[in-house]
Formats: sequence, structure tokens, C-alpha cells
Amino acid sequence: MNKLTMLGVLGLVIRRDLLLAMRRRADVLTTLVFFVMVVSLFPLGVGPEPDMLRKMAAGVLWVAALLASMLSLPRMFSADYLDGTLEQMMLAPQSLTMMVLGKIIAHWMLSGLPLVLIAPVLGVQFDMSSQALWVLMLALLLGTPVLSLIGAIGAALTLGLRGGGVLVSLLVLPLCIPVLIFGAGAVDAINSGMSAVSNLSLLGALSLFALVFTPFVAAQALRISME
Amino acid sequence: MQHAFKLDVVNLTCERGDLSLFTGLSFELAAGELMQVQGANGAGKTTLLRTLCGFIQPVEGVVKWNGQDISEWDDGYHAQMCYLGHLNAIKDELSALENLQMGAGLAGFKVSEQEAVNVLRRMGLRRKEHLPVRVLSQGQRRRVALSRLLIGDAKLWILDEPLTALDVGAVALMQELIGEHLSNGGMTIFTTHQPLQVAGVQTRELVLS
Repeated sequence: MNKLTMLGVLGLVIRRDLLLAMRRRADVLTTLVFFVMVVSLFPLGVGPEPDMLRKMAAGVLWVAALLASMLSLPRMFSADYLDGTLEQMMLAPQSLTMMVLGKIIAHWMLSGLPLVLIAPVLGVQFDMSSQALWVLMLALLLGTPVLSLIGAIGAALTLGLRGGGVLVSLLVLPLCIPVLIFGAGAVDAINSGMSAVSNLSLLGALSLFALVFTPFVAAQALRISME
Repeated sequence: MQHAFKLDVVNLTCERGDLSLFTGLSFELAAGELMQVQGANGAGKTTLLRTLCGFIQPVEGVVKWNGQDISEWDDGYHAQMCYLGHLNAIKDELSALENLQMGAGLAGFKVSEQEAVNVLRRMGLRRKEHLPVRVLSQGQRRRVALSRLLIGDAKLWILDEPLTALDVGAVALMQELIGEHLSNGGMTIFTTHQPLQVAGVQTRELVLS
């Protein structure tokens, strides 16, 4: 029987998606450049008052991260759908859920992880303290996977629809509100001298919860889209 | 491993939207048999093939593989079939070789570079192995897609217009490949608007109207 182990499937799909992204770098850069631009526009727009900037830093960075990840969501399955690879994935004698999880992880590595890494640099523009920067990074590290995971369901449901890009944002953004609240809340807590642990734990819990349930749901949504 | 592979279609009814495409369609396909699905544009050829793959749930009737409904097979059915649709399922950014290795990898086959190169050469893609598929012609892309058939041991080939964009030489090669597949105990169901004869095998015809 030509069945791969679960990790084998996962590794194969991730490697494949990363290789494709390496050959098509513009897609990855768009998300990152969008994030940097949106965040940088705020200090220019609201004026250089350090107090106000410090206060709004976490919120601005999180909203920008949310929008940036929406930007890349429609691309998660569409290329594979259009060239028929998705059909072949469904016919492969492997678990579709694991393949979808592989695609989600690759998507996060290409759209979420760069945001996490660049966020401290942008945070400096807002005069954030070093402690707040660490918490921001940690919160993004825990929170951005949720955006990719929940986003996968939206991307799968809107596959092949016209105007799917806008629709996916409308579907997914409301579901991502808890991530925004706890993510920005963690940084606020540190700034006001409290512990960020409760916010970060909740983000971690959301992440784990999404990790367990969303790949399966997204796989089912793909099956519906393929009919 | 069972030896007598068999595909049974019993009383199949399919609709697309509100349009009824065919009703009460029954046939069976045994090892070594070749079946050509014919019909005008829109008669439901692709729908029939996609139903056989399990993408589309039939309104009525069942498709059975070795006597068991395909929706009840876990992945065992998919491990024994190979479907090639209108879409080539190849990536423009990857080379022919990478495409073949990735495609085979997903199907669960680890293919060494040498094996993959041999398969591509057989498909007439000598010296094109490392070129990105983007620069290949439509016919050559189709050949890359078809090379997937030569990897693995799928018993049932479901081919939707396999000859699109292929030149005379490639059509002859396909006839040869299908012939080999059938004599190895495989079976093939395909649609085409071009004549395709396989030496020594009577092509069964299924006409959708």
C-alpha cells in the first residue's frame, strides 16, 4: 500500500509549497511590504507624539497583521485549484486533512512568520519598550497561526467563487476578533505593569484549539468546493 | 491483494444543476478492457468520469470497485486508480522532473531522479527534464502530465481527453502505453474525440446522449 505516514505527507506538502514560494517570491513579499507600509503610515498620519504612539502600537500592529494575512489567504488553495493539483491531492491515497494542515503550515511560514520577525523593528517606530516588544513578538507567534488556520476554512469555502478574495475577509475577520483582543491585550497588560501571561495563555489555547479542528473542517470545505 | 479487479456502475443517474445528464446508466469494466465514452459536448462525459473518481456524488445508483461502493473504500480505491483530467495538475514554476517527483510523492511513491528521468524520456521529453514547465509547449505539458501514469501500479486509468494537444507521435505512444497497461491486467476508461485504437484490444463504446 502506497500510504505515507502522516508526518511524511505533512513534510512533503510543506516542502513543495515552500519550493513553489521560492520560485515565486513576489507573493511572499507583497504580504510583508503591505504590513510594513500600513504600520509605518500611522506615525506619519497621527503625528509623532510618543505617548499616543506607545498606547496604540499594539493595536495598530495587530490590525495590520490581520489585514496582511487576509491579503494572502485567497492564494492558499487557488493556484492548486486552478491547475488541477487539488484534484490530484484529493485522489491521492493520503489523508486530505494532513495535506491541508501542511498547506496551512507552509502558508503560515510564508505569511505569518515574516510578520512576527519584522514586528519588533516596526515596534521601535512606536517607541515600545523592549519588554513590550518581546511580548508583542510572542503574542504574534502564538496568534498568527490562528489566522492561517481559521483563514483556511474561509479560503476553502470561497474557492472558485468570483470576488472570493473580499468574501473570505468578510467571513474570516469576525472570527479573528478574539485573537486581536488577546494579542493587543497582552502588550497592553505589560505596558500597564501587569502580567501578560493570561492573555498569552488564551492565545495559545486558541491556537491549539484551531490546530485540532480547522484542518479537518477545511478539508471538508474543499470537498464541497470540488463538486 | 485481489486479482480480479472490476469496476461496476449500477443504475447511475447524474445531474449538473437542474439538468439531468444521464439516467439509469449501467456497465461494468473488467481487467484488460478498454472503454471509450462518447457523446456530444455537454453530454456528461466529464461528469461521468468525475463521478467514477468520487468527486461528484451521483443522484442515484452506485459505483463499485471490486464489488464495494467506492464511497465505502477508505483510500484503497484511490490507491488503485489514476485520474487525468482536463487540467494537467503541473506547476509552471517547477521543472518537468520536479513535477513528476512531487506528483508521484503525493500518490505515495518515492521516485529516484534516474527513474523519473527515464519515464520522462520515454514520454519524449529528453533534454527537457530540467526546464521549468512554463517554457514548454501545450503538448509537452500534456506529456509531463501523462508521464504520471507510468509511475506506480494503478489498475484503473480514468483519462479525460488524454490526447488533447498531442502530436501524432505522442498519440501512437499513448496507444502503446494503454496497450501495455491492459495487457498487465489494467483497465482504462477514457473520452476522446480522436480515434484511438489499441492493437489487439476491442474498444468498448459507451454513448451518452
